[in-house]
Amino acid sequence: MTTAHDARPLPPSDGAPPPDRVGVRRRSLIGWVLAGGTLAVAADLSVGAEPAAAAVPSPPQVPELYDLGDLQTHSALPTSQLIRIDLDEDGVAHFAIPRMEVGQGITTAAAMLIAEELDLPLDKVRVTLAKARPELVFNQLTGGSNTMQSMFTPIRVAAATAKGALLRAAATELGAQVSALVAKAGVVTGPTGTSLTYGQLATLAASAEDVAVEVSLTPRSEFSVIGTSRNREDALAAVTGRKQFTMDLEVEGALPTMVCRPPTLNGSPRSVRNEAAVRGMPGVTDVALVGTGVAVRAATFGQCIDAVRALDVDWKGGSVEGESDESVLAELKRAELPMVVPKVPILASTLDLRVEFMFRSSAALEPNCAIADVRSDRATVWAGLKAPIVAQRDIAKAVGLPVGKVEVNVVTGGGSFGHKLFGDAATEAAVISKAMGKPVKLMWHRADEPRQGRVHPMATSRVRATMLAGQVLTFEQRHTSVVTDFGHGLGERLTALVAELPANLGGLGLSQSIFTLTQELPYNFGVVTQLLNEVDTRFNTGSMRNIYSPDVACANELAVDQIAKRLGKDPYAFRMSFLKSAKAKRCLEAVAKAGGWGRSLPQGVTQGIAVHTEYKGATAVLVELDTRPETVNRKIRDAVTGPRVTKAVIAVDAGLVVNPRGLEAQMMGGVADGIALALTSSNHLEDGHFLEASWDNYFYTRQWNVPPEFRCIVMPSDEELPGGAGEAGVAASVAAVACAYARATGKVPTRFPVNHGTVSFTPKSFVPPVPESPVDGLSYVS
Amino acid sequence: MPQHTFTVNGERVTVDVADDVRLLWVLRDVLKITGPKYGCGINVCKACTSHVNGKAFNPCSVPVSDLGPDDEVTTIEGLPDTVDAELHPMQEAWLERDVAQCGYCQPGQIMAAVALVKKVRAEGRSITDADLDGIRNICRCGTYTRIREAIREGASRM
Repeated sequence: MTTAHDARPLPPSDGAPPPDRVGVRRRSLIGWVLAGGTLAVAADLSVGAEPAAAAVPSPPQVPELYDLGDLQTHSALPTSQLIRIDLDEDGVAHFAIPRMEVGQGITTAAAMLIAEELDLPLDKVRVTLAKARPELVFNQLTGGSNTMQSMFTPIRVAAATAKGALLRAAATELGAQVSALVAKAGVVTGPTGTSLTYGQLATLAASAEDVAVEVSLTPRSEFSVIGTSRNREDALAAVTGRKQFTMDLEVEGALPTMVCRPPTLNGSPRSVRNEAAVRGMPGVTDVALVGTGVAVRAATFGQCIDAVRALDVDWKGGSVEGESDESVLAELKRAELPMVVPKVPILASTLDLRVEFMFRSSAALEPNCAIADVRSDRATVWAGLKAPIVAQRDIAKAVGLPVGKVEVNVVTGGGSFGHKLFGDAATEAAVISKAMGKPVKLMWHRADEPRQGRVHPMATSRVRATMLAGQVLTFEQRHTSVVTDFGHGLGERLTALVAELPANLGGLGLSQSIFTLTQELPYNFGVVTQLLNEVDTRFNTGSMRNIYSPDVACANELAVDQIAKRLGKDPYAFRMSFLKSAKAKRCLEAVAKAGGWGRSLPQGVTQGIAVHTEYKGATAVLVELDTRPETVNRKIRDAVTGPRVTKAVIAVDAGLVVNPRGLEAQMMGGVADGIALALTSSNHLEDGHFLEASWDNYFYTRQWNVPPEFRCIVMPSDEELPGGAGEAGVAASVAAVACAYARATGKVPTRFPVNHGTVSFTPKSFVPPVPESPVDGLSYVS
Repeated sequence: MPQHTFTVNGERVTVDVADDVRLLWVLRDVLKITGPKYGCGINVCKACTSHVNGKAFNPCSVPVSDLGPDDEVTTIEGLPDTVDAELHPMQEAWLERDVAQCGYCQPGQIMAAVALVKKVRAEGRSITDADLDGIRNICRCGTYTRIREAIREGASRM
């Protein structure tokens, strides 16, 4: 390790070229001590990333060698910029992470990395969310379970740089050699026992100029924080109600605002017939016609709801007038790509499977919301945004301001699941604020979410496999989907990197490229082809806790069970003998053992097992599904009960694990999502609109659907880097439940969720678009 | 504008607001008590669950005029004071199990849990799986398993 004396000063200012590393040992890690009053350090976001492979042979499939995570990590390289850590005089380290916390635990994990490298107690690290930083270009997108993959090394380099600077300052102050000092828990102690706190050193370690230094990181064998289970840094705020979400922020003059939305998907208003009357309603201050509907601003959200219900609007038709589930399914069927029909011996037997996946709402519990204050010369916006740079650009365009005049503040989100990749609410709030000439606090009604909000596209998956003599010769998959919107920046990353992508992505469109970067069949099934076709751009779509994998894995694993059955093999034993990846095998073995695969169960209770590989890791899930009549027909008011998963065991290999407790939490959520996707949650499209308008219409997993027995096994890993976590738990979960259902009923379901055929509720009105606020709350006191 | 007087978190308040404004908006928009969250506005998601006179209720579905001067409303912010402590035992259990993910539903979950424990106690019994199955509060992050564990843990400390 060199000291600041031998390092060459570099100007890490905005727009600076990547650092010239001449004279610095290859593969060394470079951090910066920045000019400032107290210690400020930085690291380049690209630090530690391996260079992209020039070409990828085939087979194996693309994601095994170069996946979506690599794409996101490498997209930082040409546009690399700095992340910085500031140490204040109280010895507290501050880091504004250019990512969004939505419950997945990245702020806690980032704090752990800093605590590790800086030898600082965890409660002395504050991680906040960075505002939109356009200079980061592609590098401020939270998605694809990529945060820990891409930030792991840069954060550690910055923290190690800070520690080095503190040690050098302490050495000067204590008259000792750096090597004779010990840094522990925010205190540097010298050979004579004299000590200085980081707070005392913060000013002494400050630099007058930007200086590049070489650092080395704590080896894995010496980790004392990374890899230990820690509670979330915001847990106390969450349980006391002090955690602030967008709607909890007080912005001067930003009154509650809602939008009366059209009765059909993506309709728009022509005119309002009773504007004066609505303006005169209690609390109402403004009414404005915007592209998405009619906005009302009032003293309280309750009065906004009343005004939305009172508005009499002349509506233009929507984007899918007259369309229904069946008509869109027919469109998908027409778009399905043909199988290649490989040459196989005449005696080979063929398995064909076709599965349909309905539209699903990706809405979080916190509905779309944003605060906007748009003035003639500038705009300020607050919202939960996973792609704030794209939102900033969109807002600027929508309100006619230069990007530099739009400040976008990223607020911790009440869940995302892909929903907050898009700045829909932020842009809408800005447009409304401009139209009214006043600050607004915009909230979508719950009913607006499934009806007008982002959905996971409807899709079909066809699988054809051929088998001979106990072997699988070919496995073909044709996935066909309503177009997935990647307008949140991922598409731009891919387009910008097109020349550097693996060779066999050449010529593919955007969606196909993302499909190819994420999908891999984990089995040795001979000739494997997986292709995607997407049609129809009329829906508001997006990723939903993973992009294609839950549907693709569900279809594949159902097919694998059927192949095993044809070959007379046990589903577990068959998978173990055909899986390619050692990680996947270990995960599968772990759940089979822990979950008691093949154990004797009462008639009507069935096991299902499934595996998934992605993010360079693997997950396996074993479930037990109770389909006995007394369970299926259990009655809970306004609830969908049905078959119940009574036990779920998930094993995950996510590479190096920063916070096992946080990873377990993500797997728990992934299983809850998988259960809902397989059994209960979907949107019904009928006559140009979605019927769902309530959590008692859209059946996400509720307590009565939760497995009473849940276990997560975090697999040990020798990997040097973390893999993906946030989305990793979903695909194998939905597949395992689907497989259990197929075994229980003796029939492979062809449509998911399995209860989609039953509309279990009376649809709420479309005009008015939101239900009345109830008045009988006190009769439910319990 | 009509005036409404009641007690919130041990403090007597009088608000000037129309009779039919639901209590959730009086708490959030007028009194700036933001622990109770909006998740549906129709008494389904339970994110706003608070207590009225010690029992669980959903202020999104109660017109402010339904409350009288003797009514005591407790939101998550006032929960610790009901046991004269920094944190209620249920909140402690929540921390111990690291239940929260995004945290949006958790104030409502905790308030529902405390009321449920009190209710089954009043019935002279302890929490069953069926009691836990009957909790309607949505957690879109899917923290349900930890919620169940924390409720049992919290109940043992209450």
